[in-house]
Amino acid sequence: MAGVMTGFGNFTHAVVRAIPSSLAKEALRMNVLDVDLVKAQREHEVYVGVLKHKLGLQVIELPADESLPDCVFVEDVAVVCGDTALITRPGAESRRKETEAMRRALKELDLNIVEMSDENATLDGGDVLFTGREFFVGLSKRTNQKGAEILADVFKDYAVSTVPVTDGLHLKSFCSMGGPGLIVIGTSEPAQKALKIMQQMSDHRYNKLTVPDDIAANTIYMNLPSKGHVLLHCTPEEFPESAKVFEKLKDHMLIPVSNMEKVKVDGALTCCSVLINKKPKV
Amino acid sequence: MTTEVGSETEVRKEPEKAEEQPAAPEPAATNQTDEAKAAEQSANDHPAPATESAEAPAEAKEKQEEAQPADNATPQEGEDTPASPPASEKKGISRFLPPWLKKQKSQSQVGPKESQAAPKEEAGVASVKEEDGEKEEQAEAEQTSSPTAAQPQVEEEKINGEPKPEQKEEVKSEEKEEENHSTGSADTQPAKEEKAAEESQEKSAAEEENKEAEEGGEEKKDEEESPKPEGGHSFIKSPLKLTKKVKMVMCHVTMLDGSQFPCEVEKRAKGQYLFFKVYEALNLLEKDYFGLSYKDNADQTCWLDPTKEIKRQIRNATWQFAFNVKFYPPDPSQLTEDITRYLLCLQLRQDIVSGRLPCSFVTHSLLGSYALQAELGDHDSGEHRLDYISDFQFAPSQTKEMEEKVVELHKTHRGMTPAQADAQFLENAKKLSMYGVDLHHAKDSEGVDIMLGVCANGLLIYKDRLRINRFAWPKILKISYKRSNFYIKIRPGETEQFESSVGFKLPNHRAAKRVWKVCVENHTFFRLMTPEAPIKAKFLTLGSKFRYSGRTQAQTRQASTLIDRPAPYFERTSSKRISRSLDGAPMINVTEAQESAPTSGENGREPGLELSSDSKVEEEPSEGAAATPTEGTEMKGDEPDSSQQSGRLRVQGENIYVRHSNLMLEDLDKTQEDVLKHQASISELKRSFMEATPEPRPSQWEKRLTASPATSLRLQAQGSLEEEMTSILFSKFACESGLVDPCCTTTRRATEGAVVTASGPLASALLTTEVLLSTDESKPTKHQRCSPSRTQEPPPDLTVDTVAKPPVVKTEMVTISDTFAAQKTEIATKEVPIVHTETKTITYEAAQLDGSGDGEPGVLMTAQTITSESLCTTTTTHITKTLKGGLSETRIEKRIVITGDSDIDHDQALAQAIKEAKEQHPDMSVTRVVVHKETELAEEGED
Repeated sequence: MAGVMTGFGNFTHAVVRAIPSSLAKEALRMNVLDVDLVKAQREHEVYVGVLKHKLGLQVIELPADESLPDCVFVEDVAVVCGDTALITRPGAESRRKETEAMRRALKELDLNIVEMSDENATLDGGDVLFTGREFFVGLSKRTNQKGAEILADVFKDYAVSTVPVTDGLHLKSFCSMGGPGLIVIGTSEPAQKALKIMQQMSDHRYNKLTVPDDIAANTIYMNLPSKGHVLLHCTPEEFPESAKVFEKLKDHMLIPVSNMEKVKVDGALTCCSVLINKKPKV
Repeated sequence: MTTEVGSETEVRKEPEKAEEQPAAPEPAATNQTDEAKAAEQSANDHPAPATESAEAPAEAKEKQEEAQPADNATPQEGEDTPASPPASEKKGISRFLPPWLKKQKSQSQVGPKESQAAPKEEAGVASVKEEDGEKEEQAEAEQTSSPTAAQPQVEEEKINGEPKPEQKEEVKSEEKEEENHSTGSADTQPAKEEKAAEESQEKSAAEEENKEAEEGGEEKKDEEESPKPEGGHSFIKSPLKLTKKVKMVMCHVTMLDGSQFPCEVEKRAKGQYLFFKVYEALNLLEKDYFGLSYKDNADQTCWLDPTKEIKRQIRNATWQFAFNVKFYPPDPSQLTEDITRYLLCLQLRQDIVSGRLPCSFVTHSLLGSYALQAELGDHDSGEHRLDYISDFQFAPSQTKEMEEKVVELHKTHRGMTPAQADAQFLENAKKLSMYGVDLHHAKDSEGVDIMLGVCANGLLIYKDRLRINRFAWPKILKISYKRSNFYIKIRPGETEQFESSVGFKLPNHRAAKRVWKVCVENHTFFRLMTPEAPIKAKFLTLGSKFRYSGRTQAQTRQASTLIDRPAPYFERTSSKRISRSLDGAPMINVTEAQESAPTSGENGREPGLELSSDSKVEEEPSEGAAATPTEGTEMKGDEPDSSQQSGRLRVQGENIYVRHSNLMLEDLDKTQEDVLKHQASISELKRSFMEATPEPRPSQWEKRLTASPATSLRLQAQGSLEEEMTSILFSKFACESGLVDPCCTTTRRATEGAVVTASGPLASALLTTEVLLSTDESKPTKHQRCSPSRTQEPPPDLTVDTVAKPPVVKTEMVTISDTFAAQKTEIATKEVPIVHTETKTITYEAAQLDGSGDGEPGVLMTAQTITSESLCTTTTTHITKTLKGGLSETRIEKRIVITGDSDIDHDQALAQAIKEAKEQHPDMSVTRVVVHKETELAEEGED
């Protein structure tokens, strides 16, 4: 068995969920923008395709639920680390039922399921940044202190530090892990401020990769046995300047993934999947 | 007391003391307090020595302090005699001995102090400053004796008239402001620092002598018991000289495997003797990571200080100790010997089972499986049925599921040697976020429960399980404690201009000191290359002399490279025993600490006494009126009323708005004759000071202090204020030693700041009354000039010369803030939110007091500050020598600060204080009376 805190970025499974048609009209969003449902669905198919075919993950696709317009953003409803999955209590009340399908799926994967039953706690997975050595939890509109405490209680091996998120929806709306010890961060002032806090709070040193656009800082990093370092990031069409920055990562297998439509409803790349490292049964 | 003075030993020692205070004679611990008290009392009763009677309390404190240091010295001697293990054994091990063991050899009685090692910060980070550690210890001792007196400073002092030591200790990082007082000669700072190191000097020599005499007497006794000559030898080498019968005591040490190690030690043996015995029994060379702990009366776990007598540390507790890891090596793979790693594993297993080191299910299982592998070897499916592990404990609460997981994992470790299994165990355990984190319960400035985690990298702040802040050692400039508060001063960040301070409230004074000590030790061990040298005490030193006396990690690593013995054989004991031992044996247990902490705090403290910068003071709006200028005036006229008002003031824990009213009352009165009368004694004092004083240079630090708006802010809370003052004092010393920066501009300022006061946690509005007595030698006439009559009765006749009403002052509050809060407040200093404080000051000044002003043109030659604190009174004596146009002028200012919440009748206290002061110092005049009231925010709007 692997020891504590090994194998960061190594994933075998992914849970995703289809886009309901209600997303276009009813999904929550910070800015009022029209979403082209068809485009969004096509975009999502490509995304799932990359996980499934290009990267070879076993992808569990949950069906869409029309009554849950935001259900595609599965990241917010579960935090999985190691063999343990914390089913969250999303900050937006309309999203609380999204957890049901996710819970079932994760149970089938034989993970240890922990519920966030405290009525005062809220937590969106989008506010949870796991660096491989510790957690940072953004205290945002969607996530509160109590939610963070519960997360800390569930993942006891790791330090859990809180980071205030004043702008943007989630902590990961402007940052993500780009590799072991590498934080991809946006240039906005709130993003930089959050980075400073994270650096101060941590016993570990992190390198940073700064990209001009905050939302472009949301990437998906994996370290797969067959592929090595893999990074899913924004396309040059969306964020040409930011895309250039990723080019500097010579060791990474870079996979631009379009997210033009989903971003209109505040969906970033990480939002659309829950990644799991399921070790083969001995 | 006076009678005692006569003994020869005393005489002999006195000179020493004068020069090296810290080292001084060691009085018997128990007696010290009494002596000090006696000294004080005598002083008070008979102003005898001359003017200083007032200062007596301070002196007493000092004495106590001195006494403690002395203790250190003596213990060594004592140890030497008793211990004396065979020389041959020691030789082999000698190179592994910590400095303190070796150094002792050359030491004479006085020597011990020096031996402790002068601290230097190599890491550049922090210099440790402790100011009243010893005092505190004494204070603690006092506390213990009288449980009711929770807050040592205030309560006891006043009531008993005993001197109370100031309890502030600081570690300064990166600023070497510390310690060499000896060098200095010169100068000064007018500021009032509460901790004047030199208080002792101030005290009349006579008093000192008395004390010394007393101490000396004790020493004599000690000496008799254990021959002094041996003091020079380390205990190891010392031959068995003890022919005299020595009282022996049986110690019981609970080892990490749960076994009991009985060890007979001389009653007066120092900690190091027991340490040595334990290390020897364990055959442990890399011992610097370990320590012996004991439970104090409050059931709190404390580390045994090797350099001090065991008996004095444990006080009335049983001679029961536990051998534990004190410094968790961040990378256990760098340890040289397997036996060291094994012991570390045992400690961690204990930590895990006790819940002190939280782990996930998977980690519990994994670590448990390595433990099994190390103890049992390969899994044997035939021999090992599932229940074979039921006897082992892997987690605080262990499930069948976990046991199955452990077994499953155990099977995968086949072929792994015990040493390899231990190594694997450690490789995983070291990554746990709470590995090596020593948690202490505390509250932030808002009274929210938090935990302070001291570890190799610095200080971590937790709220529940969440890390809400982190201060790496390099980021910390200074640590200190005062009463039950613990403070850290933070280095300004890139974008910040000023240092900020963060304060935490501990359950009680001892807890604060314990955190402080742990920080000092961890910082030194992990961050410095060599331990800081003990303060050489040429004169009185401030505060605790506590330093980490062992080797640093760097040193122990280096020493470890020299280990060339074959790996010692040791037996891995059953983990069953470990789990069993948890029940009865004293072990460090967080939960226990939690439970006991509050209780002890309650016992020990008096509500009103708690002063903390963290607390916020609220004043009821209407009542706040008292603060207004008018009311201030009224107060003067009718002080009783004011007190009543104050009585009604409520302090709540919310925001800090502090309102200060300064009433400067002028006073005066001493005839010239009187002045002359006491002149002699004063000059005597002066002389002693001058000798001791350093030369002032402007230090960057102080400049900053002065310049920054933040400075004034600090004044807000007394706790912090005092801290500041202390630090200033230190810096001065640094100058003396020539080490650092230049200094002293700000002192004056500090002094003034002193006026401002404190917020009481529990409390209600605090009133601080300050009486400033000053004497200007060169211009005795001046005093005469001052308005005549008003003196003795403080209240009534005050004239208002000026009413200064400083508007809103921004105050830097000592606060714990999590980053979130910091972000919201947008302050320069990240961690410290700025709080608005309203300060109202009404000043009554003596007519022509030029000398006293800040603007004094002269050149500052010397300044000495002596502080003593008692109950709720702080007396600070400040001697300033100024060169003015060729004339040297010496001013002696004595400041008496009475602090307390509304429960105290300040008027009465003030009147009493003034009266006493007058009696004691006929030649001095009261130049200012300041009354501060701190009020709540609510009032802010009003005025």
